[in-house]
Amino acid sequence: MAEDVLFAPPVKTEPEPMPKRPNSWLRVARLFLRQREASIVVVAIALIIYFQFSNQAFLSTQNLRTLSQFVAATAIISAGEVMLLICGEIDLSVGQVYALAPFIMYFANQAGLPLLVGLILGLIVCALVGLFNGLITVMLKVPSFITTLGTLFLINGLTLTISQGFPVLTPSEGWVNEILGHAAYAEIIWAVAIAVVMQIVLSWTRWGLHTVATGGNLLGASEVGVNVARIKIGNFILCSVLGGFAGTLEAFRITSIDPLAGGTDIMFMAVAGAVIGGTALTGGLGTIVGAFLGTLVLSILRDGFTLLGVSAFTFDIILGAAILVAMVLNVRLRLWREAGRE
Amino acid sequence: MSEFTTTEVIRTEGLIKRFGAVTALSGVSLYLRRGEVLGLVGDNGAGKSTLIKILTGFLQPDEGRIFIDGKEVRLRSVSHARSLGIETVYQDLALINELSVYHNMFLKRESLLNPFPLLNNQRMRRLAREYLGHMGVNIPSVDTEVAQLSGGQRQSIAIARAVYSQARILLLDEPLAAMGAKEGSLIMNLIRTLKSEGQVSIMMIAHNYAQVLEICDRVNLLQHGRIALDKPAAETSVEELTELVMREYRAGANQHRRAAAGL
Repeated sequence: MAEDVLFAPPVKTEPEPMPKRPNSWLRVARLFLRQREASIVVVAIALIIYFQFSNQAFLSTQNLRTLSQFVAATAIISAGEVMLLICGEIDLSVGQVYALAPFIMYFANQAGLPLLVGLILGLIVCALVGLFNGLITVMLKVPSFITTLGTLFLINGLTLTISQGFPVLTPSEGWVNEILGHAAYAEIIWAVAIAVVMQIVLSWTRWGLHTVATGGNLLGASEVGVNVARIKIGNFILCSVLGGFAGTLEAFRITSIDPLAGGTDIMFMAVAGAVIGGTALTGGLGTIVGAFLGTLVLSILRDGFTLLGVSAFTFDIILGAAILVAMVLNVRLRLWREAGRE
Repeated sequence: MSEFTTTEVIRTEGLIKRFGAVTALSGVSLYLRRGEVLGLVGDNGAGKSTLIKILTGFLQPDEGRIFIDGKEVRLRSVSHARSLGIETVYQDLALINELSVYHNMFLKRESLLNPFPLLNNQRMRRLAREYLGHMGVNIPSVDTEVAQLSGGQRQSIAIARAVYSQARILLLDEPLAAMGAKEGSLIMNLIRTLKSEGQVSIMMIAHNYAQVLEICDRVNLLQHGRIALDKPAAETSVEELTELVMREYRAGANQHRRAAAGL
């Protein structure tokens, strides 16, 4: 069973390039711990070590692939949720566009369009759902929790109606399928690439800066001239499109399109990953890298417990406790970091 | 007030603004001359903040006209007012706690690494350090999150942001509130410096009449959404302003009593 164990390289968990200070390891360690994502990296490494000692198959090629599948789709969604959470909103309906987008692609393909065109059509529909969420929330001032709770049921019903409740086979076009999720690791490569791009958007573009400003001080940001409505609506669209894209990748990977795929499960996993990764539900704070790592930790937990043969019921208990512990640690560590900065 | 050109940078005529049943401004007509420091005083609820918010493009008036540099304009948004050279320091400072000092100073005016759409943080850091140094503002580092600064430091940063944004018209909403004596005099000195340079015209809201008379060229008293007094600072006094506000207050109280008595 454990013949072909790979010991290295472990899953990459470094958050951001650390400042190079050759003079002292201690200083490097301290700088590292002052990073927001440090605590979650420590947790991830500890979990990897624990599961590897409990079951030698944990770091096997097969299991790493399984793990990457657990992580990929959720991580892509959590990147979108982080942007929304930072600007003070949330999208509960993202798990439903996750199921809708591949169906749009499927029907477009049935109508004779190439898969890629179908994919783009699917993403456009997702963008429209995001636009709808954003307009209702921003213009009609309905809290996004309620708006997207509405679209959650609306989109779910729509997907069930157009699919008549039955799953279909994902159409095949050779290399398109391979690149868009079917090839081994294709999905995780997309997830990592999206996380990198989104982190750059968040940290080094005006859009990211204005997103933080909108969530940090809504009135202040608009007084300074930030178009907060545009920022919020844009991030609703972004989150929805990423949700649809994740669902489509998953459809290519498992070669079938299920009207009940995703749902609230994957949405809550993505939000939980973001929150464990240090994103504040109150807005203004959060990183994509943190959300990716948070999702990774959740996936390691799920995958590890599955390997250990822990039942799904027990898993939920452990998961719930893990989220609470992670949050308490996060709050404590943040206070410690802030105290240390003075 | 000696050698002003008579050019007016701002003139308003009959500005009216209502919030539901409440009339915040009921016909405000005022003007601001180039290089002048105009003090805007008045009791709480007189409409000072509403007036500032209209001049900065954040609110739109229901009625009335606004002229900037002699040309009638309809200020559509904060960005629009800014493009005409109007900058504001709000009472709430409009700072983002989660962002660093330099990101706050350059919010909405970010330097980019052209041709890439990426932020030029190096440049913004350097300029922020320069600006604050020039103003004599003491902060640990421009990388500090604004949340960790004192009230006076935050005020200084908000003012520095407005001053160094090529503003021709500076609107200050209670710049001296919540300030220690040392930081307060720093801001007073800064306003004096700007006045002597003569590039910027300033309209400031303040509660402390003595400070207003000390630093402003002219004083406007706003009462019940109207300009009740417009005099050069040298021709009025703390006593006159206080008396006017108190008289209004007593009249209001009488009216209230009459209303309560059912008259």
